[in-house]
Amino acid sequence: MRPLTDEETKAMFEKLSKYIGENIKLLVDRPDGTYCFRLHHDRVYYMSEKILKLATNFSRDKLISVGTCFGKFTKTQKFRLHITALDFLAPYAKFKVWVKPGAEQSFLYGNHVLKSGLGRITENTMQYQGVVVYSMADVPLGFGVAAKTTQECRRVDPLSIVVFHQADVGEFIRNEDTLT
Amino acid sequence: MAACSVEELLAKAEQEEAEKLKTISVQKELDLDFDVGNLLACDKNRIESRDFKEQKKEDFLRALARDNTQLLINEIWKLPTERVEEAIVAKLPEPATRLPREKPPPKPKPPTKWEQFAKLKGIQKKKKTNMVWDETRVAKNEFNRLKNIARAQKIKTPGVGLLPRTKQSKDELSRAVSVAKTSTASAGRFQDRLPKEKPPKNAGKRRKFEPLIGDFSSEKQKQLELLKVMDSKRPKLDITKAVNKQMREEDREEAASKRKGRKGGAAGRPKGKGGKGKGGRAGGGKAGGGGKRRGKPGKR
Repeated sequence: MRPLTDEETKAMFEKLSKYIGENIKLLVDRPDGTYCFRLHHDRVYYMSEKILKLATNFSRDKLISVGTCFGKFTKTQKFRLHITALDFLAPYAKFKVWVKPGAEQSFLYGNHVLKSGLGRITENTMQYQGVVVYSMADVPLGFGVAAKTTQECRRVDPLSIVVFHQADVGEFIRNEDTLT
Repeated sequence: MAACSVEELLAKAEQEEAEKLKTISVQKELDLDFDVGNLLACDKNRIESRDFKEQKKEDFLRALARDNTQLLINEIWKLPTERVEEAIVAKLPEPATRLPREKPPPKPKPPTKWEQFAKLKGIQKKKKTNMVWDETRVAKNEFNRLKNIARAQKIKTPGVGLLPRTKQSKDELSRAVSVAKTSTASAGRFQDRLPKEKPPKNAGKRRKFEPLIGDFSSEKQKQLELLKVMDSKRPKLDITKAVNKQMREEDREEAASKRKGRKGGAAGRPKGKGGKGKGGRAGGGKAGGGGKRRGKPGKR
């Protein structure tokens, strides 16, 4: 386990800011405790300092996971956000997409969101903007990338993709082995 | 009297000696066959069936066993001995008798795919050794000797270079190449490379990381600063957005003027949603979506 280098921190913040914008500082600087990011086996974990101090008692090969896994760095040092970060993205999300009840299941199986399944979308969403996907009952289901701007969404035909799927809570069952 | 007692004593001593020897020495018709390596003694003497038939079977057997064991121990005492931690140990010779196998002999294994293939193709196993006769060994020894002298007398010598040998080893050559490449003014960063040569892997430096539990507040500060820098770097003015907004406003004015013309002075359409501020949500400066934004009170 080690702290992130400057480049790694930058890459991670860039990715996170796509979804939560400047609210990242609410994650970095919290009133209820000191939380930090640490890198372990290419995965980034977000934990309080208390947990960090406890985790130092484990050897590298025995330690599986600490705190919440935000994502991992690929072999080419690109940061990939995992579904386990949803709990921290959802409350701070800048752009949200609500999905109709009928299309929820489809999204949870890993499919993209079509125009026919789109309930609501935040105004001013740019194309390829990071969005957090909610159900109509405001339950966060996952996150993705907007395929069209809000304006375009109004005009396109019902079968075109409006949100590219990136991660959904169904992955907790589908990819149980690989999530840490 | 004294003489008598001395004689008696001597006789007694002799008797005792004889007794002792009796226990040690054993008389047998035929000598035993000894395999001391296996601690084996074979007695080929005939056994009188008379002794066996009597009631004193056990005693006879015991006596026989004792005698033969005594002879075996005598043989062991004849061997060279050494002392190991307060115990006298005899060095046993190699075992003479060949013992039978414990397990059945191994069955011939079927040849593997490679073995079959090799037999088919007539490939023989060739042993490649790394050792090659090097004629310049003497020169190398001489060179090292001179280097040692130089070191002893603190004379400066060049650090790296290739020794003049007939066959250079691969890693010596590669090391010489990398050293030559790096010894330029810019540490080899702008040296041309051969078409298929790979860039250097930076074998020298080890990465250094911050300690795991460093100063949390300074870490926080650094991250906040990084965020501030990132924020400032992001374009505040999104060109496409501004252009779109401008176009929309113009459209609206046109439409308003048209309607005025048609409805003859009816109040102009109230302006739609004012719209986005200039410093709006900058999504990394990416090109905005196509189309002008209408100010419809749309989906939230």
